Amino acid sequence: MERLWHGLVDPLSFAFMQRALLVAVAVGILCAVVGSYLLVQSLALLGDAISHSLLPGLAIAYMLGLNLFVGAFVAGLLSALLIQWIRSASPLKPDAAMGIVFSAFFALGILLITWIQRRARIDLNHFLFGNILGVNAVDVLTVVGITLLVLGLVALFFKELTFCSFDPLGAKAAGLPTERLGWGLMVLTSLTLVASMKAVGVLLVLAMLITPAATAYLLVPQLHQVMLLGSLFGVSASLLGMYASYYLNVASGPAIVLVASAWFGLAFLGRSLLGKR
Amino acid sequence: MKKQSAPLPLRPAGGSLVVRDLTVRYGSLQVLQGIQAEIAPGRITGILGPNGAGKSTFLKGLLGLVPLERGEVRYGGQALRGEQVAYVPQRSAIDWTFPATVWDVVLMGQVKPTGWFRRIGKEGRRRAAQALERVGMGSYRDRPIGRLSGGQQQRVFLARALAQEAEIYALDEPFAGIDQPSEAILFQVMRELADAGHIVMVVHHDLGQALARFDEVLLLNRVLIAQGSPQQVLQPQVLRQAYGQAISLSLAA
Repeated sequence: MERLWHGLVDPLSFAFMQRALLVAVAVGILCAVVGSYLLVQSLALLGDAISHSLLPGLAIAYMLGLNLFVGAFVAGLLSALLIQWIRSASPLKPDAAMGIVFSAFFALGILLITWIQRRARIDLNHFLFGNILGVNAVDVLTVVGITLLVLGLVALFFKELTFCSFDPLGAKAAGLPTERLGWGLMVLTSLTLVASMKAVGVLLVLAMLITPAATAYLLVPQLHQVMLLGSLFGVSASLLGMYASYYLNVASGPAIVLVASAWFGLAFLGRSLLGKR
Repeated sequence: MKKQSAPLPLRPAGGSLVVRDLTVRYGSLQVLQGIQAEIAPGRITGILGPNGAGKSTFLKGLLGLVPLERGEVRYGGQALRGEQVAYVPQRSAIDWTFPATVWDVVLMGQVKPTGWFRRIGKEGRRRAAQALERVGMGSYRDRPIGRLSGGQQQRVFLARALAQEAEIYALDEPFAGIDQPSEAILFQVMRELADAGHIVMVVHHDLGQALARFDEVLLLNRVLIAQGSPQQVLQPQVLRQAYGQAISLSLAA
């Protein structure tokens, strides 16, 4: 028991572990809260599309010497706009529009990064799979700042966002600006993905959006409970993943995602054994 | 757009909903063409027609939920405002696995009246609770909405509409596949709303006995075929215009 305690606490004397801890907690909560909305609106695929689309933004921001978070955010929003445009101005179904846009963005991102790599040493893997142990102080400030901002906005607009998610037509008829709220959710999603990319990487961040929220969804009946319990699953997954990354020297993204998936598996099996549908 | 020098009275008494030349097109398909109608307060207005006649689209077009190709809708001489409208969508438009309880859904009726950046207050909760009692669902507050019968779900949505304290109540196929007690409660509440001077519009799917309980019927099939009392509209020659030949047989039975 004491060895376990030391195993958990001792690494925290390193500054890089303290930074990782903060990011892990922030990302765990943030992803579960925003992911709950994506989950109940069947927008998981859109989260995936936006996350893959962050990559060219990162690359271009790097080339121009701009803030990587800003570059990624702009690229994420741009992809959401493009998807919406293709959907509304053609007979294509949403999944096709998303597939086209995110693979194009992702391809462009890979191309630009491999091109940058000819001249500068950057590790593509860190973008793709995350490196929570490598975040610097500015990263931490940005991630915590985004988390507080997004959580504040969700708290502020919770009743409107929830009404719109549940019954968009009823909400529109009642006079809520459902389209603007929908775009607001896209902005929040992009911010969340940007904040999470350093910890989980753009390839796997979808799992943090959906899996903890989905796990909670199996267990509790109200949206705010899904968010709270999902946060618990998300935070514990990112913490355990962080330690796995420290002790086993593996990429943090896959480690975090596997823990989150394990929580889901346990909840799913437990429910099935209890005979619930 | 809507600048007023004097504040509007809370309930514009006796204002009708006036529909002029309402035309809706989905892509190349013209769903509704040139509908002219006046829907009066104080009565239950049924919107009827065969499948694909555009009944639901008519309701959505009225409420601004789908874009109009042409036409306009005026209420008390003005454009409709959201806070005047409570809408109950078709059951199929709702994801019943959504993580919400009965109470969560009824409270949504108070979202718009409460306004931005504010929590739903004591008064709002009281009204929501009252609405839930009114439809006989008070003891189901904490039940997940997915674990109710179809009729109970409709009653919860009617309670949500009541909690909105609107002037215009629009229900899309509320009677589809629901139990007899729920249907009775729905009609009772709609009757009270109409008696209180509200506009009540109901899209209805068949020509069964329930029809007699409407005060006014709009018969649609892409265009407005007829408007009047159920007795006036349900004449064989009128129905044949809307439904074609086949209907006269089933009506006679």
